[in-house]
Amino acid sequence: MTFNYDEYIRPGKLPHIWCPGCAHGIVMKSIIRAIDRVGLEKDKTVIVSGIGCASRMPGYVDFNTLHTTHGRSLAFATGVKMADPELNVIAVAGDGDALAIGGNHFIHTCRRNIDITMIVFNNNIYGMTGGQFSPTTPHGRLASTTPYGNPDYAFDVVELSIGAGASYVSRSTAYHAIPLERQIADGIAHKGFSVIDALCTCPTTYGRRNKLGNATEMLMWFKDNTVGVKAAEKMPPEKLEGKILTGVFKKEEKPEYCDEYAKIIERVSAKG
Amino acid sequence: MAEKVRQEETEVAQYEERKIVILPRHCKGCEICVLLCPASVLEMKDFKAHVARIEDCTECMLCEIRCPDFAIEVYQSGKKGKAK
Ligand SMILES: Cc1ncc(C[n+]2csc(CCOP(=O)(O)OP(=O)(O)O)c2C)c(N)n1
Ligand code: SF4
Ligand code: SF4
Ligand code: SF4
Ligand SMILES: [Mg+2]
Repeated sequence: MTFNYDEYIRPGKLPHIWCPGCAHGIVMKSIIRAIDRVGLEKDKTVIVSGIGCASRMPGYVDFNTLHTTHGRSLAFATGVKMADPELNVIAVAGDGDALAIGGNHFIHTCRRNIDITMIVFNNNIYGMTGGQFSPTTPHGRLASTTPYGNPDYAFDVVELSIGAGASYVSRSTAYHAIPLERQIADGIAHKGFSVIDALCTCPTTYGRRNKLGNATEMLMWFKDNTVGVKAAEKMPPEKLEGKILTGVFKKEEKPEYCDEYAKIIERVSAKG
Repeated sequence: MAEKVRQEETEVAQYEERKIVILPRHCKGCEICVLLCPASVLEMKDFKAHVARIEDCTECMLCEIRCPDFAIEVYQSGKKGKAK
């Protein structure tokens, strides 16, 4: 089962810029395998990002790619999808990109239910700019901008997406790279807006400051501190304390935005 | 056949039908593969991953799947080594 990534990598682009042990590379590999699993045509696939370490991802892969402005991956992705709904559009963003500066685009894309798959590279920090806290930095954690501990509480990407109306919502981690691949494939195949919360790590600006150990220990933390949502149903609440739930949380068939928009055009043009 | 984009210098270890390939130019020495390997097949050598005991490899693929840098490939033989 050795996977040959060569077909999907732009010649001469590796090694990538990510730090040693940064889990962004593991998530990128899961995305590539998911696209291969679904069998998307390379020329019919567009990968759009904003700005950040995570957003460097499209530069390495051989699809139609857009590296845009901070927080705006979904704005550009929506434009691409509206211009040609036949294209498979995948948006990637860091937690800061997706939920801080891009938070408004995020919630409104959720409620609009446009057929885009969004993968949040959630490392709980602004990695690229040196470790400022993000909307997913847990309460009490250290960041360059919260040197005495973060007084804020983190967004739960899954709850936020469900509340805002996304029709496919799941979570996995870089440790669980194969389930992550399956969820991304599932999200791509789903018609509507899909959000995959991909928990990953930034050993350089987050792990070190919070003394979370080396890159491997940070990955192993996911193994020990996550529980599948189905297994959790059968577990007593005390066993779930402090655990992060993973799995598919929502999968709902509902009208998709491009289809609805096309219907309006048809109806209004018929009237002449 | 896709153009080979990662076929520079490689370190190839072979045991019967099993093969493990390391691409030193891509390896950043993060040690994830070495520390996750359940059979202690891998070691660090000159700040890069190195295949030390290929005969013990269980072909679990943990190292390949979780290497962030596309730097290690495991070609399975179907015969598993023994995890210690
Ligand atoms: C409009 C604008 N504001 C701020 C920045 C600076 N900036 C670049 S990346 C980034 C945050 C990156 O964090 P995240 O999105 O979580 O990605 P990561 O680097 O952690 O993968 C910020 C604030 C910018 N490039 N543009
Ligand atoms: S700063 Fe953090 S997120 Fe950025 S490449 Fe390094 S480890 Fe990864
Ligand atoms: S496949 Fe498994 S046993 Fe073999 S080297 Fe990799 S991690 Fe170790
Ligand atoms: S996981 Fe990859 S980059 Fe890290 S030491 Fe192993 S081969 Fe090198
Ligand atoms: Mg981040």
